[in-house]
Amino acid sequence: MANRTALYESHLQAGAKMVDFGGWDMPIHYGSQIEEHNQVRTDAGMFDVSHMTVVDVQGEGSTAFLQYLLANDVAKLKTPGKALYSGMLNETGGVIDDLIVYNMQDGNTQGWFRVVVNCATREKDLAWMATQSQGFSVTITERPDFAMIAVQGPNAIAKTCAVVGEPKAAVVRSLSVFQGLPADDWFIARTGYTGEDGLEIMLPNEQAPAFWQQLIEGGVAPCGLGARDTLRLEAGMNLYGSDMDDSVSPLAAGMGWTIAWAPEDREFIGRGPITAEQANGPAMKQVGLVLETRGVLRGHQKVIVANVGEGEITSGTFSPTLGYSIALARVPAATGEAAQVEIRGKLHDVKVVKPPFVRNGKQVF
Amino acid sequence: MSEIPTELRYLSSHEWVRVEDGVAIIGITAHAQHAMGDLVFVEMPEVGTELAAGDEAGVVESVKAASDIYTPVSGEVIEINGLLEEAPETVNSDPYGEGWMFKVQIADESELENTLTADEYQAQIEDE
Repeated sequence: MANRTALYESHLQAGAKMVDFGGWDMPIHYGSQIEEHNQVRTDAGMFDVSHMTVVDVQGEGSTAFLQYLLANDVAKLKTPGKALYSGMLNETGGVIDDLIVYNMQDGNTQGWFRVVVNCATREKDLAWMATQSQGFSVTITERPDFAMIAVQGPNAIAKTCAVVGEPKAAVVRSLSVFQGLPADDWFIARTGYTGEDGLEIMLPNEQAPAFWQQLIEGGVAPCGLGARDTLRLEAGMNLYGSDMDDSVSPLAAGMGWTIAWAPEDREFIGRGPITAEQANGPAMKQVGLVLETRGVLRGHQKVIVANVGEGEITSGTFSPTLGYSIALARVPAATGEAAQVEIRGKLHDVKVVKPPFVRNGKQVF
Repeated sequence: MSEIPTELRYLSSHEWVRVEDGVAIIGITAHAQHAMGDLVFVEMPEVGTELAAGDEAGVVESVKAASDIYTPVSGEVIEINGLLEEAPETVNSDPYGEGWMFKVQIADESELENTLTADEYQAQIEDE
């Protein structure tokens, strides 16, 4: 039987259409994916993301371990609670997973980071982290006791504060963007996967259904993984397994900005191959595509760049906010501003743009 | 349970067909539109196209996925539903009415015998 989150019954009560997602029974929508999408862009919506894997890395060697494990550098996390997006690379420079790491250290707590990795990659990630931690003084603890609810949208923070009460609301109000802090037995972060302001809230499983119900009563609409995908794609955010995987370098997946090249003497896994790739100039790059005429761009459609070569769409969808189709694609590095996409045997002209497509409800390319 | 009008005939690929004065009016079923989710694009055959029963006649795309539409009967396409060009979501809201897709001048009425009755279609989607 598939895994179920603590909110499984809540989804059924809300009329969710459930689908298998990486071995979990998850809501794809609760009626209309587009309405849920628009709810997040204009007001506040919430997602059950309890299927994601939360891992605590603790011990005096935790900073050194994560500096070795990740392409981004946790030494940047000087403020308590500050978060970092990073790739975890293999020895050939391919992306094992993308993740967020929170600095859990403050004056009283040293040597503690919280890492959130994907659901479908859980087993290989945990195995990889265990193997690579040999020789570091760390403990790695999965936290299946947490449910996680993402509340996203321009009114997400205000509506959440109205529901949680003090002192949690005070913690929420104190958060800067990309920061997470504990509040009683919860952990509340101002992060997300939609391109809107909002929160990702980890709380004990047994408290999740009641909090979910309070949020519904507070005017936050349940949203499924379908809307989560169109929102993240408009926001130009990668989906692991579609936009990159173990065989793709972060430089070819729009993740160059997540590589901390300095200090030069920090050895992290995969540094050698991506340094060589960077020196030679990467062969491929990630771009955004826009199809303003009728039709829908989809993953795996062929991208043809005249006099340059070919690439492939890695994620494509209809954009509810823009009213036409958008995509992320991996194309030859010399690709300019125009390309064509083959849809059912016909070539369609597309514009090549720099993602994101939408931020805070507005077109940004 | 999705609505399956008894006066219509069906294809296992989830099209419905209504016959009026020798013309087949074709759309997709309530079950199909529900499974696909919000439709965002409908590609229809051109008026004047000669189709053979079982041919691909068009494509519907939802936010999630694309799906081909097949014609249950042979004949010439005599009209398409222009409303769907601007308002594809009509197929979600009224699949058997305003959400019809195209009309075919039926060349051979006997082909309709190969389609499913409402009961047969119902049995098929229950098996899915």
